[in-house]
Amino acid sequence: MAKKPLNTPKKEDVDTTGHSWDGIEEYNNPLPRWWLWTFYATIVWAILYTVAYPAWPGIKAATPGLLGWSTRANVQADIESAEAANAAINTQLASVELTAIADDAELRTYATSAGAAVFRTWCAQCHGSGAAGVAASGYPNLLDDDWLWGGDIEAIHTTINHGIRNEEDPDARWSQMPAFGDILAGDEIDQVVNYVMSLSGTPQDASLVEAGSVIYQDNCAACHMEDGTGDRNQGAPNLTDAIWLYGGSHDTLTQTVAYSRFGVMPSWSSRLSEAEIRAVATYVHQLGGGE
Amino acid sequence: MLNYIKLIVLGLITLFALIAANYARDLAFLVNAVIVAAAAGGVFLWTLRHTDEPLVKRDLSGEYMDGVVRAGVIATAGWGVVGFLVGVVIAFQLAFPALNFEWAQGYLNFGRLRPLHTSAVIFAFGGNALIATSFYVVQRTSAARLWGGNLAWFVFWGYQLMIVLAATGYLLGATQSKEYAEPEWYVDWWLTIVWLAYLAVFMGTLVKRKEPHIYVANWFYLSFIITVAMLHVVNNLSIPVSFLGSKSVQVFSGVQDAMVQWWYGHNAVGFFLTAGFLGMMYYFVPKQAERPVFSYKLSIIHFWALIFLYIWAGPHHLHYTALPDWASTLGMVFSIVLWMPSWGGMINGLMTLSGAWDKLRTDPIIRMMVISIGFYGMSTFEGPMMSIRAVNSLSHYTDWTIGHVHSGALGWNGMITFGALYFLVPKLWNRERLYSLSLVSWHFWLATIGIILYAASMWVTGIMEGLMWREVDANGFLVNSFADTVAAKLPMYVVRGLGGVMFLSGAIIMCYNLWMTVKSSPAVKATNSAVPAE
Repeated sequence: MAKKPLNTPKKEDVDTTGHSWDGIEEYNNPLPRWWLWTFYATIVWAILYTVAYPAWPGIKAATPGLLGWSTRANVQADIESAEAANAAINTQLASVELTAIADDAELRTYATSAGAAVFRTWCAQCHGSGAAGVAASGYPNLLDDDWLWGGDIEAIHTTINHGIRNEEDPDARWSQMPAFGDILAGDEIDQVVNYVMSLSGTPQDASLVEAGSVIYQDNCAACHMEDGTGDRNQGAPNLTDAIWLYGGSHDTLTQTVAYSRFGVMPSWSSRLSEAEIRAVATYVHQLGGGE
Repeated sequence: MLNYIKLIVLGLITLFALIAANYARDLAFLVNAVIVAAAAGGVFLWTLRHTDEPLVKRDLSGEYMDGVVRAGVIATAGWGVVGFLVGVVIAFQLAFPALNFEWAQGYLNFGRLRPLHTSAVIFAFGGNALIATSFYVVQRTSAARLWGGNLAWFVFWGYQLMIVLAATGYLLGATQSKEYAEPEWYVDWWLTIVWLAYLAVFMGTLVKRKEPHIYVANWFYLSFIITVAMLHVVNNLSIPVSFLGSKSVQVFSGVQDAMVQWWYGHNAVGFFLTAGFLGMMYYFVPKQAERPVFSYKLSIIHFWALIFLYIWAGPHHLHYTALPDWASTLGMVFSIVLWMPSWGGMINGLMTLSGAWDKLRTDPIIRMMVISIGFYGMSTFEGPMMSIRAVNSLSHYTDWTIGHVHSGALGWNGMITFGALYFLVPKLWNRERLYSLSLVSWHFWLATIGIILYAASMWVTGIMEGLMWREVDANGFLVNSFADTVAAKLPMYVVRGLGGVMFLSGAIIMCYNLWMTVKSSPAVKATNSAVPAE
């Protein structure tokens, strides 16, 4: 034996197996009782559990288990019971006048919490979970009172129902700003950008504003209006309120004017029920900017 | 003559790798081909310089082959620090997304670094620890030199090449997108060759052992090597899109692919991180404690129960998915039955210390081993518990899983490896003792507190996440959006990152301590001869 263990065991009645590897010996202790019995207990439990639940595969199907338990059936039952519980109020929500929802306290409360859940699932990806949008990225803030296509409950409902500039819904809201890079010269774009900046604050170069004003009235006023307050009928943004969908710096505005923008929102009529669309419209309407 | 064949083969590999680099269809494949060419070219030059040297024939059969173990110890410590460092980086990337720097997008963002971290700690740190300790242990407990001559060196360097190919591939976007099996087809093929060589070296050494019986540690090592070979081959069955590109297509699809993946993934935990490391535990704990193993009978029963049961437990990773209910049930019950067989290893490890518990006060290495066995016992209780469907419906996809994995990986695998490294370095470099035991104590406390911060913060955030996800209002509508739960986790993410920093600092202290041991500890006379213990 190469090396004796330093401490001899206190219980001398347990022997080692009589062999040593590189000085390591092994006692011949029995299996701890609690360990063995717990092991047996888990095996018994496992057998009982597999009798109760779907478990053992056969050629064509597995044993279904005595309890008839099934994850698919369970989730189906959950969905059905949730739908049944809300069926009456959903029917009411889908059929009343849109403007009447806010006046009915019960309907309003229900629609707001249902709409919040729809929003967090389907809308938060672009508009943010708090509905504040994403600054300078084309995803509008829904908390303020600045609306591109209208902020009353009916306008919001239409926007959600059909979406904006998508190919899938023929009733989608539609408008398109031309790319003025093909129409105006570079210095003209610079001038009109300075004019647009002057509408809500300070232009980068005040000397260009006057020339820009002329270009604006000739090219932009048809949609954005002579005073720059925009037109909700065609989703033309208000340029005077210092709220910018893509950013209000000289560089960003130059890019917007030269290349145009084409923000798209999907149509939700094929994805959500009428009650869900009305719920989320109600939710967005009550966030702060609803008209 | 043999050298000339080697030169021809290496030359051809270099040539083909360069041709492959020239025609490469993607950047990852190009870089990997260049790495292969450089490695083969380097070995070619080295062989060329040593060709026709007069051979000094010396009978080495009476000496242990420790050079490759020394290299393995260095690789383990080095890759460990790299893996922990990347882990700390991605922990803070999760807490502060701005650390996914714009200039590093596509290379150093979370998605690229995450598999680098998991592979570095499991396969580079853990794998090198397993290879190095198995080579050490199998020689000592068989009283025989490693079989196959320089084949062991091939295993070592081949494994390092696999790591470098996989790591560079991840950063450049080559991935199979299978967790813990990310490397693409050619890296998988190479690892298969290396792994079979590893099996040959280990089996060969066992076959020529001078001891009448095979020691329990070697049962565990052998089961780990064989099973990992099987898991690796089946889970990586794929067809390359091109032999000049990194992309490949899996042969399984849909839920079958998911099932194969988690059969692999769970047994990567079961055989790589459990069975292999139990092999380590069965040698180093009795050696360091200088006590006999508690129960031979327990080691037999829990070994066979463990390896029989583990292989069935994979479906518990796929509860409430497209996986049929029957498979999910079986995965769950096998996981529960696995509880006691797992604890058999813990009992055998801890009870081996009976009569030597006083050493906890004086020997920080024993302390490290004991806490690693403690974390092993905790994780192997937590695992079966999380496999219960009702618990899993709360815990799955949350950070609880991350906490569970790390209490096992940092606590069990990390600590037992540190203990083994502290044991091995003085022996392998013929030093009287470690440079500093107080630095080992520092390492112990930093690592332990780090793990506790990590695990506790992930439990809290995981359960919070699970509860927030299922929270509904009076009408049955979900209350929280996903982003709400992300925002709520920030404080826990910072705590987790700090835990990681502590664990990493401990490992750096260990590297310094081991380096100083080799450099400045007093030497003892070499005792390298392979003589049977009795």
